[in-house]
Amino acid sequence: MAAVLAPPGADRTGPDPAGPRPPAPTVRRAGAARRRRALGWFALLAGPNVVLLVLFVYRPLVESFYLSTMQWNLGSPVARFVGLGNYVEWFTADSTIRVLTTTAVFTLATVGGALALGLGLALLLNRRLPGRGLARTVAFAPYVLSGYAVGILWLFIFDPRYGLMSTVLGWFGATSPQWYTSPPWPLVMVVVVYLWKNLGYVALIYLAGLQAVPQDLRDAAALDGATPARTLRSIVLPLLAPTTFFLLVTMLLASLQSFDIIKAMTQGGPLGSTTTLMYQIYQEGFVNGRAGYASAGATILFLLLLAVTAVQLRYVEQKVHYA
Amino acid sequence: MSVQTPPRPAAPAPAGPPPAAPPAPAARRGRSPKALLLDGGGVLAMVVAAVVLGMPLLWMALASLKRPDELYQVPLQWLPERFDLANYAQAADTIPLGTLFANSVGLTVAGAGLKVVLGLCCAYALVFLDVPFRRTVFLVVIAALMIPPQITIIPNYTFVASLGWLNTYQGILVPGLASAFGTFLFRQHFLTLPASVLEAAQLDGAGHWRRLWRFVVPMSLPTVAAVGLVAVVTEWNDYLWPFLVVDKPDKMTLPVGLTLLQNVDGMSNWGVLLAATVVVTLPVLLVFLLLQRRLVAGLTTGAVTG
Repeated sequence: MAAVLAPPGADRTGPDPAGPRPPAPTVRRAGAARRRRALGWFALLAGPNVVLLVLFVYRPLVESFYLSTMQWNLGSPVARFVGLGNYVEWFTADSTIRVLTTTAVFTLATVGGALALGLGLALLLNRRLPGRGLARTVAFAPYVLSGYAVGILWLFIFDPRYGLMSTVLGWFGATSPQWYTSPPWPLVMVVVVYLWKNLGYVALIYLAGLQAVPQDLRDAAALDGATPARTLRSIVLPLLAPTTFFLLVTMLLASLQSFDIIKAMTQGGPLGSTTTLMYQIYQEGFVNGRAGYASAGATILFLLLLAVTAVQLRYVEQKVHYA
Repeated sequence: MSVQTPPRPAAPAPAGPPPAAPPAPAARRGRSPKALLLDGGGVLAMVVAAVVLGMPLLWMALASLKRPDELYQVPLQWLPERFDLANYAQAADTIPLGTLFANSVGLTVAGAGLKVVLGLCCAYALVFLDVPFRRTVFLVVIAALMIPPQITIIPNYTFVASLGWLNTYQGILVPGLASAFGTFLFRQHFLTLPASVLEAAQLDGAGHWRRLWRFVVPMSLPTVAAVGLVAVVTEWNDYLWPFLVVDKPDKMTLPVGLTLLQNVDGMSNWGVLLAATVVVTLPVLLVFLLLQRRLVAGLTTGAVTG
């Protein structure tokens, strides 16, 4: 019965009928019964989770590809096969350039901003200063909150007349832009909120990375007369490269899929100026009811995300080889 | 196969926020004025960062207690004159706040609980049951991590609708139950458990079910807590799916209820809207403050948490 407990990789320690030394018939029968029992338990324990994954993850993925080749409206009894027609329409639509630009700006600003500000915050929190535990808690808290609620809260802060933001801008002699209505301010607003929500996460991961940078290396650099800035650039940042890469991938995936904040604050508007690819999929699929066309958009988003993941897997593999 | 684990930070379960390095007494003693100035600058920068990052939440709480005439004032009135819960009462009048709260609590507890149980069972099977295709099953589980839930919403919506599950609890709950991330973390942890304990349990006649719940799970509590807490936060905050599946107020969750309130009240009634926002965010905030270490450990472990 030891085979049941064997760690993976030590598979097939059980009696093998095709093996060089065929076991006695009774043992084989016992082995077969045991294998059947193991199979039964496996089906019982792993089965529900696997069935749910197949039903609600794999099946819809395949169905999404299929739907993307159909002209079909949500709830309609008729669907017409159009081949790549939805893709052709998407690539030639007037709105596509705008959607792609918005997606690119939103993604670059949120990912780049979160990495830069998060690193800064982590460097600050890494120093042994009083109250840093509290600061860390405050910074991380927004990350656990509902994106929709956070969107509503910030909508109030951005209120051009009565919002906190307009008062703060007033302290610096600036007047509040029309955050809700005049592009590009709505996009800026959404980016700011996204940054606020995710900054603490990035900072915390960076903090973990920073604490693995050997203090001797920094001390040695300081003894050699390196300025703090120089130490950061030549020693700390290169050592943080794997962390940065991990965060880059994670934030890219999250940012490309973000929905709640945009839905709460701008509904993709005004004039589509905050409609990212993800938001367009929702809008086409569920507001305009064009499920086939939206599925084509979903496939394109999926390929984008897959490309990011593929780069990550390649890199992780390399790391394993060098490790 | 550490596909979704970070390259190096945050070890799976018990890590928590990185422990503070031991203070270096030698460095502490003879500090130069320059170093002290630098420290002062650091503290100042940290205070500014904490105020900027923390202010919005404080502002939300304050605004939810203000009367309309206090809210719409220039220059701003910072503090409400008295703690008045009228906004909360009005929010509860406009949308069934109590029902929404109960729905959210119920769905979060059921969803997170079932997710953890499914993940534990599946991971146990993957690690401790020797069946020929278990490697394939593991790949099926782990590859699901690469399929973003957002891609599957349209087919899942039509599927759930065809089951007659729109505006039902199971319609909200079931499609999100499958656990890829949790199963992966549990499996990684189970692989580190000492085989001798389980062998002893087996010799004592404990079957798989007993071995799982009496031996494996108690030896994995930090991981269970981390995965469970992440699931609680994710379920509570989940918006897009419940928003699509439900349009009847009596089945809505709190974040979806916010949309309802936003549509009913428009942008005209900030106090009421912010009171509801407090109701949505405060429970998670409390969970976070009470169980910070475990929750942060869970959230910083993997890339894709949904």
